[in-house]
Formats: sequence, structure tokens, C-alpha cells
Amino acid sequence: MEEQELTQEIKPPANTKGAARWLKDNLFNTWYNTLLTCLALVLLFFAFKGFLTWAFTEAEWDVIPANFRLFMVGSYPQEQIWRVWNAIYILSVLMGLSAGLWGGLVRRFAVVLSGVWSISALLPVELSTRGWCLGANAMIAVSFFLGRGRTGLRPWILGGWILSFPVIMVVLRGFGENGVLTSNWGGLLLTLILAVIGIVVSFPLGVFLALCRQSNLPAIRWVSTTYIETVRGVPLITILFMGNTLIPIFMPGFDINQVLRMMIGITFFSGAYMAENVRGGLQGIPRGQHEAAQAVGLNYVQTTLFIVLPQALRSVIPAIVGQFIALFKDTSLVSIIGLIDLLGVAKSVIANPDWLGLQAEVYLFAAAIYFAFCYAMSYASQDIETDLGVGKH
Amino acid sequence: MENNSPKVEPGKIPFWRDVRVLRVLFQGIFLLGVILLLAILYRNMLEGLRGLGLTLNLNFFQDEAGFGISEGITYDPSDTYLKAFWVGVLNTLKVSIIGIVCATFIGLFFGIARLSSNWLIRTIAAAYVECFRNVPLLLQIVFWYTAVVAQLPNVRESLSLFGGAFINNRGVYLPSPEPTSSLKIWLWFLGAGLLLAVFLYVLRWRQLQRLDRPGFRAKWALPAFLIVALCGWFLTPGRPFTLDLPALQGFNYQGGMSFSPEFSALLVGLSIYTSAFIAEVVRSGIQSVVKGQREAARSVGLKEGQTLRLVVLPQAVPIIVPPLTSQYLNLAKNSSLAVAIGFPDLLGIGRTMMLQTGQSIPVFAIIMVSYLVMSLTTSAAMNWYNRRITRIGR
Amino acid sequence: MAAQENALNDPIIMCKDVHKWFDDFHVLKGITTSFQTGERAVICGPSGSGKSTFIRTLNRLEEHQRGTIIIDGVELTDDLRNINLIRQEVGMVFQQFNLFPHLTNLENITLGPIRVRKLTKSEAEEVALSLLERVDIADQAYKYPAEISGGQQQRVAIARALAMEPKIMLFDEPTSALDPEMISEVLDVMRELAHSGMTMLVVTHEMGFAREVADRVLFFDEGLIVEEAPPADFFDNPQHERTKLFISQTLQH
Repeated sequence: MEEQELTQEIKPPANTKGAARWLKDNLFNTWYNTLLTCLALVLLFFAFKGFLTWAFTEAEWDVIPANFRLFMVGSYPQEQIWRVWNAIYILSVLMGLSAGLWGGLVRRFAVVLSGVWSISALLPVELSTRGWCLGANAMIAVSFFLGRGRTGLRPWILGGWILSFPVIMVVLRGFGENGVLTSNWGGLLLTLILAVIGIVVSFPLGVFLALCRQSNLPAIRWVSTTYIETVRGVPLITILFMGNTLIPIFMPGFDINQVLRMMIGITFFSGAYMAENVRGGLQGIPRGQHEAAQAVGLNYVQTTLFIVLPQALRSVIPAIVGQFIALFKDTSLVSIIGLIDLLGVAKSVIANPDWLGLQAEVYLFAAAIYFAFCYAMSYASQDIETDLGVGKH
Repeated sequence: MENNSPKVEPGKIPFWRDVRVLRVLFQGIFLLGVILLLAILYRNMLEGLRGLGLTLNLNFFQDEAGFGISEGITYDPSDTYLKAFWVGVLNTLKVSIIGIVCATFIGLFFGIARLSSNWLIRTIAAAYVECFRNVPLLLQIVFWYTAVVAQLPNVRESLSLFGGAFINNRGVYLPSPEPTSSLKIWLWFLGAGLLLAVFLYVLRWRQLQRLDRPGFRAKWALPAFLIVALCGWFLTPGRPFTLDLPALQGFNYQGGMSFSPEFSALLVGLSIYTSAFIAEVVRSGIQSVVKGQREAARSVGLKEGQTLRLVVLPQAVPIIVPPLTSQYLNLAKNSSLAVAIGFPDLLGIGRTMMLQTGQSIPVFAIIMVSYLVMSLTTSAAMNWYNRRITRIGR
Repeated sequence: MAAQENALNDPIIMCKDVHKWFDDFHVLKGITTSFQTGERAVICGPSGSGKSTFIRTLNRLEEHQRGTIIIDGVELTDDLRNINLIRQEVGMVFQQFNLFPHLTNLENITLGPIRVRKLTKSEAEEVALSLLERVDIADQAYKYPAEISGGQQQRVAIARALAMEPKIMLFDEPTSALDPEMISEVLDVMRELAHSGMTMLVVTHEMGFAREVADRVLFFDEGLIVEEAPPADFFDNPQHERTKLFISQTLQH
């Protein structure tokens, strides 16, 4: 082995490098590949030409900056917008600290994020917005340097991430009449909140259901299986409709607004899928682990908490990220019920008489935002998967 | 030894320590909790319904629906609600089945393209997959509906394909085959061909057994059947089918097959979105086999085509089928997004029924049952298939 | 009656007519035997003879369906308290080690003492470190199981079982999954344990170990004890045809 590598290092075989060689190997290696390449090039040329002509001459992109705030936060009142920025700052600090502590993937995300803020600050936006953007950037940078190398902080930061969720909810909502009613949450903000709630709240539900489904007590297993299979057999939109009309019927006396109803619907839906993901992890735990735990004298609860779940959950992280991506896209269904999430905003902008006939522009912009988030998450998921594969203990 | 004094009292276990009793007890408490929860919900429901001035009632399914449905099987507003719902079920099935067929073909195409040795093809396929699976399906459907289909030229300026198919903002119009009176004669030919084919199939099977060689059993039967069918086609007086071409009459095209703009947008959206996932399923299925197996097959001396047919596909197909089925199920469930653009699927019609009668609970029940029947039958078929496959595989 | 036998022989494990079925398959067909405190017994037999199942019934990893098992005066029944008591008194070492991969070697050992015996963390770690010293891998305490060799993992597993201060140690083919060069390091630890006076039941194919350490060898075949004797008699003067066949086949290697 070593010898072979050595000789390769000394004398690379001829013709393995160079652009011409690469072209020949990857595009023109056989006659049909040559044909395919040419065909594809022609198609690409026309597709790009058509799209670019439209995008630069016909499309009216004014609609995007004119409604930008609507896209981001919906009808969140302007004078309360600091709440959103505070939430962003909390996340920025956590992001910066984590980037400093763990490096790798988190650092890459932090860099991209601060890039986004820098570019936003350069755009022709209001002065205050520019200030907020630069502030977020500063938060990331300062906390990054604070966090660097202090590995002892890690458990605290993890706790901080968990705690940040309720804290941010409170920050965004405020209290009573002085705050911002959830019915005013909208745009990308609402989309993100719905997706995060769907995952975070459904997580314990999913773990519970999965444990029930794996139980050796038949009654518990059946109840759980029935729930999971019923929910998974039905489209999300049906569950959202049901949540919308049935929650007021089943819970008379409670004033549950539409945003909350959607959150409940999404959580129950997501819980069933989460359960199946977790179950996959549980099934991957060898029987010997249970036996060894029993032999040491641990009872069921201890075995589950200390032996089974830590291993099972670690192995299902990629699947959970996958579910998060799916859920992020699925939150767009709330626009059918009448909430103004990102897609809802897009629909309402199109319906605005000032911007008639701009469906393509508006939907493409919304699609680009969805794409950016989903793609970033699937990138992260692949990264985590390789990480888990390498340091497997 | 002191502590070895007998502590045994067989048969006398206090119930709170007896594993067997505990098992039953625990399940009992759990079931009781579930039943209690359901009971509370039921009580709340009755109370809530009273508050709305409604009573649970299933008789309305037999009442006259009174609303029109834009497409589907023959239906009249004077038909019952049940009939109206049935129209929706069939519409859902129609768009799902056609969507599954389209998505499979597109997905197969891009899945194989992702494995191409040609960098450009591979990259285009990857870009296709990433673009379409990372954008919400609802957005895609709404985009196709409002930004593409609705922007097509009007009837007078329809896009025409080969003079027989027309596309405009009112829908898609395709020629359809219409059976003629001579179809019967041709069917006789087909029957005869089938008999011959069965006979040849058995003959070939016997021969292969005698030769003790593997081979393609339908090698004689298939061409024989095709030849008979083809001869029949030309020998039949007149043609068994005529093409019914859509033609502009008055304000719209008449004749042939037509698909509404809603149906077309939904179909395109569902097919493209699902095809991106199917492409991934196909790619990873084939890739999971290819690595070591292909080399092994080569080392045994199989040719490229034989490797694919005898080694790769038999192993890849069982890997691909389960996730493929779940994609099909997803497509069927996603067809419910039709409500966003007004295609009358079962959910859309159910919703209209709810709005008209106020009976939301029974209507939701029938909607859920419809979807559950679809998914449970499919997963039952899937389980049966899996059991068969694993038995062969082991 | 049980009390009389107890008083007579002072056995720490008593099995009477133990039966076990896996569905329709009759694995144990009436095992009756007993083990004295401090006894070192080796159980051998062809695969599928029920020897592993037998020692797994002794700490309720498998449930026996007929007969009685009494361990240290406590009968194994459906009584939850008895099961827990017995599991604490019986340590078990598995063929596949079954270490917890997400915990360090030290944490593997301290888990039981902390959670079940309710020791404090520092007490448990003290115990664990001295046990790791005893099995000769104190330097691997803070590594994860995947980072050490199979022989070392099995020694951690032995330490993990010992940390519960059991009165009885069960070994289920402890060397079968090991590479040949690692077998002796595990056997050395077991030998040392045997000399310390621990009651040990060992399922193994290591006949050298049996001859050297065991007080008694039990030969299982088709769910029954075919022969039991001190190692000298067992190996040099087997009574049964099947025993003779088994010994000759095993010693050929």
C-alpha cells in the first residue's frame, strides 16, 4: 500500500490532470455521451436565454422590495419590530458562541449568516434596519471570540439553545395588550415559528409514542400504533382543517385562536412522524444492550433513559433534520386555512391591485427563500451524517 | 451462612410486586386514561355542538346536494351528497393514478440521469432534484396554476401540437380513441391471439425445462400475440378505433379528451414534485447495489447488460419498491392540495358539504376513512410484497 | 422441604426440574442441579444444547416456565422485588461484551453502582478505578469502548459486573467472540477471580480453563445435563457416549 502511494506521489501517471483531459473523461468519453452533452448544452442555452431575458427585461421586481417587510414578518406592527430583532440577537449570540465552541458546520453557518447581514446592511434599506443588521453582525462576531476555546461552556450553551425557544416566544409575543397578538405574526417569521414549534413540541410526543409502540404491553402498543398510522395515513391539510373547525367544538369555553390551532394541528401531525423516526433508532439498538442493562440491575425507566434513548436519538438526528425540512415546507399549507405565512403573504401581494399580474415574480421570490432554507438544512444534515459516521461512540 | 436462611414463600407474591399482575394493571390504567380522554372529548363535543345548535346526524348524506361540480363523472346537483362525495373520491383517484404514472417515468429518467457518466447530464439531473424538492409543493401547484396555466393564450390563440392537441387557458385538449362497431371483430382476434400466446408460453416453458437452461419464457408468446393483434387490426373491416380530434366549436374546443386548468396544474405540480423524490429513491437504490456487486459480476464474466439485468436490478428493485410506494402514497395524500386551486377532489367536495350542512364531524370522518382506506390497503400490499421478497432474499 | 436441603448442602443456586420452551421448541427439559457458594462450575456442550439459555434463566434474562430456581434463598418468580434482588446478586458477562457504546469505560462501570446501589459519583468512581486496576486496564478508563480492543472490552465488562458486588458471576461464552491472541488476557482475569473465591458459572469451550480452574464440569446436550463430574473424571473418564464424542471432538483442535 504505502509503496504504491509513494510511487504515485513521485510520478503521477500521465494524462490524469488538466482541463482537456477532464472534459474528455466526463463529457465526451463515448459517442453517445458527446451527443448527450451537445443536446443538453443546446437545451440549457435556450432555457437560460429565455429565463434571463424574462428576468432582466420583462419581470417587474419592484414588487419585492416594496413588500419586503410583509414577506419577512407579515403584519407585525412596525413600532414593535424591535421584538423580532431582539429574538434575532438572542439567536445571534447563541450562534456566535456555538460557532466559537464547536467550529465546523456551526462556524460555516455563522459566517454565511453574518454575510447575509452585511449584504442587507449595504442594501438601500432604512437607517434603523441597517443599524439592526450591523448590530446582529457584531453580536455574532463578539460572541464568537468570547466562546472560542471555552469547551467548559458547552453544556451551558446547549441549555441556552433549549431555553431560547420559550424565551423567544415570550419576546415575540410580549404581554397582554402591549404585546403583539399571535394573529399578527406573519410572513417568514410565522413560517419559521410554526416549523420550529412543530419539531420542538412534537419531539417529546414522538419519543413517547415510539416507546409506547415498542412496548411489550399489547394494549399500549395498539393504542400508539393506531394513533401513528391514522395520522400518517391522512394528509396534513385534512388535519389542519380539522384543527380549525373541530378544536372550537371539542374545547368549548377556551378561546384558541387560529395560529394556536394550526400549531396544535402541526404538532399532532408531526408527532406521529417523529415517532416513526425515533422508532427507527430504537429498533437499531441491539438486544444485548437491553440485556446488559438488565443484568446490571437497571429497571425499565433507567434502561430507557440512560442506555436506549441516548443511543437511539443520536442515530436519528439526520432523519429528524429531514423531517424538519419537510415540516418547514408543509407549514405553507396554513395559507389555505387563511394564515398569512410566507406563501400567504405572496398570495395577498398578488391579490393587491397595485401589483396585478406579477405571479411569477412573487412566487419565484418566495420559492427562493424556501429553497435557501431547505437547502441549507439538507446540507447541514449531510454534514451531521458524516460526523456521526466518523466519531461513532 | 446467616443470610441463607430460607426466605422462600412460593405462591405468595403480593400483587403490587407480581410482574404478571403489574402488566395487566398497567395496561388497564393506560386504557382507562385513553378512554377517559376520549370521553371528555366526546362530552365536550356534545356540548360544543349544542352551543352551535347542531345535532349529530348522518341522514344528510341522502339529501340533495344542490351544488355543481366542475368536473368528474356524470353528476347532477340534484343527486345526493353521497354521490357528490363519490365524484370527489374518483377525482382524487384519477389525479393520483395519472400523477403516479407520470412521476414514475420522470423520476426514473432523472434518477438514472443522476448516475450518468456524463458530468453535464448528472449535474442537470441533480439541479432538477434539488430545485423541485426544496420548494413547497403547494407553492409549486399555485405557481403552475396562476403563473403558468392561467397565463396561457386564450381559446382563439390556443397553442397547437401536431394539429391534434390544443393548450389554452381553459385547459388541455387531446385526441381520444373512440371505439367503433368493428371493435368487436378485433376483440375476437385479440382473444385468439391470447389463446395462442398461452399455448406458446407453456410450450416454451416446457422446452426450457427440458433443456435445463434459464431463458425468457414469453419469447415466443409475446411476438405471436403482437403479430395476431396487428394482423387483426388491419384485417378488420373499418378500424376498431377512430381518433376523436378536439375541434373549435363556438367558444371552446369540443370532442377528444380535455383536462381542466386546475387538473393540469395539479397534475404537473404533483408529478414534478414527486418525481424529484422518486429520482432520489431510484438513484440510491441502484447505488446501494452497484458498488461491490458490479465488480463481483464482472469478475464472474458477465457483460454490462447481463450485470444490470441479472445482478443489479434484482437486488435494487426490492430496495427501491418500499420507498417508492411511500412516495406514491405521499402523492395521493398531497393531491388534497387541490383545495388550494379549486379542483373538486374528495377533500374539496367534503369541505363544500361541511359548509352547506354544518355537519363537520361526520364529513371529516368520511374524509379520513377514505384516505385511510387508500393508505392502509397500499401498505398492506406493501407488507405482503416485502414478506415475499425477504423470503426469497434470505 | 426446600429449607431442609438448604440446611444440608448450603447451595447458593438451586434448580429443580427447570423447563423452558421457545414457542414449541423445548430448550430445557428439566434441569435439576445446585451450586455451592464459592464453587466454580464450567458448563459445556454442543451449540443448541441449552447451556446459554440455562444460565440466562438464572438472572431472569429468560423466563423459565416450569420448575423452581432459588438463588441465595430467594426464589425466582414473577415477584418484581425478587427479580431485582437476584439481578443485583448475580453478575453477567456476555459473549458480545454488550458494553454501552455511548459511555466511557469508567461510566460503563459506574452506571449500575450510581443508579442501582445509590453510591455517590465519587464513591462509584473509586470502586470502578480499583476494579479497572484489578483487570489491568486502568489507563483505558476515559476511553470509549469502540476505542479499545475486544479483550480489553471484555475485561471492562467483567469489571462492570463486579462493580455491583455480586455473589455469583455468570459468564456466557466470554471468549468466543475474541481474536485468539486476546483470549488469554480474559482467561487470566477469570482465573484470578476464581482464586478470590467467587462463585462462578462459566459457559465456555475453553477446555484447558475448565480442567485447571473448575470444581465441576457439567455437560449439556439437548436440554438436559448428561453428565456432571470433577474435571479430572470428566475429561479422563467420561461415562456417556455423547460426552466422549464431544470431548474427543473438542480436544482435536
